Amino acid sequence: MTATANIEPVTGRYLHLDLEGRPHRLYFEEAGEGIPLLCLHTAGADGRQFRALLNDPEITADYRVIAFDMPWHGKSSPPVGWEREDYQLTTERYTGMILAISEALGLDKPVAMGCSIGGRIVLNLAWAHPERFRALIGLQSAAYVERYYDAGWLNHPEVHGGEACGALAYGLVSPLSPEAHKWETVWHYMQGGPGIFQGDLFFYQIEGDVRDKITDIDTSKCPLYMLTGEYDYSASPADSEAAAALIPGAKLTVMKGLGHFPMSENPDGFREYLLPVLKEIRDAG
Amino acid sequence: MIERLAELVNDDAWLVKRGRLLNVTFAIGIDETDYLVRVIDGRIAEIEKGPHVMRSWTFAVRASAQTWATFWQAVPPPGFHDIFALLRKRLIAFEGDLQPMMAHLLYIKLLLAKPRELAAA
Repeated sequence: MTATANIEPVTGRYLHLDLEGRPHRLYFEEAGEGIPLLCLHTAGADGRQFRALLNDPEITADYRVIAFDMPWHGKSSPPVGWEREDYQLTTERYTGMILAISEALGLDKPVAMGCSIGGRIVLNLAWAHPERFRALIGLQSAAYVERYYDAGWLNHPEVHGGEACGALAYGLVSPLSPEAHKWETVWHYMQGGPGIFQGDLFFYQIEGDVRDKITDIDTSKCPLYMLTGEYDYSASPADSEAAAALIPGAKLTVMKGLGHFPMSENPDGFREYLLPVLKEIRDAG
Repeated sequence: MIERLAELVNDDAWLVKRGRLLNVTFAIGIDETDYLVRVIDGRIAEIEKGPHVMRSWTFAVRASAQTWATFWQAVPPPGFHDIFALLRKRLIAFEGDLQPMMAHLLYIKLLLAKPRELAAA
């Protein structure tokens, strides 16, 4: 190593823990010290989406930013025996994973911030486990999105899954996002394992409907922030507004010019919206 | 806009390369008019304006002239920047054998968005 090496202040490690009674090897990255900020990536992607946050000194000065790859995603392994099962994300599985990882890492009332499927599960966390979190931040949060395309094409022997997943993600990026970050975001999608994006969409499109729950969310127990990019047509501003209207105290901001992957497709644009939220959470003590 | 689509696509070497394994005739529907786009090795060999009599195509993407005009703005407004955004709004129809379209989805998306370059110019 030379003295001039440009190395990020991000540490990547592997965590071993049991989920649903099965051993898992999970990859996570972290940077910073202070309030734990647990970041949840979108369907079919991985923790690299939070690379800019992990490298943002203004954030890591007060927050311990942690981004893990869900099982089957990124550098996390699927469980032993994966070759004979179909991956499907469910509300129970997703919630259990977040609580287990938070506990295993010893996080004391973290802030959880999730995007898309992560934005959905944040609503479930607000409903089911508000006492476990200091605050919750939903990016591209919707209580439900009706199925408008067939995700089966994303895992089809006559379609290259990486190309198809990348092409789908491409459209969800705002046309105003910088080219480099747009294509980095698409690249993550092109690298997903076969059937994984589709398996996450089972939760997003079918199983993870929280419309019946969100009216019971008590934001006095745990503040809920929602940030939604205006170019997102999957969890659109209208979808987020519909959810926020049913949750007393939810604070929704529509982010101008941003798409479905704000933290990854346009980090500079996103931080303008995120920093005030993080400051408010920090100042609340 | 669509009159110059072949030229726009064929002048983009990277896009042609991306579609090099695609050989298909597909239809772009604008209001009631079908334009049959014949793609050979990623290049647009021909675009034929309808009406057509007993012509076959593999897949079709159809929307109103107003929708396409908005889609082809240099920077389209939210909801009009991607064909799947139009699908969610039910402003576009995908018909026929969708396998070649889904197998070359990024190519098809970039091809269909090409007229935006004329708006930007």
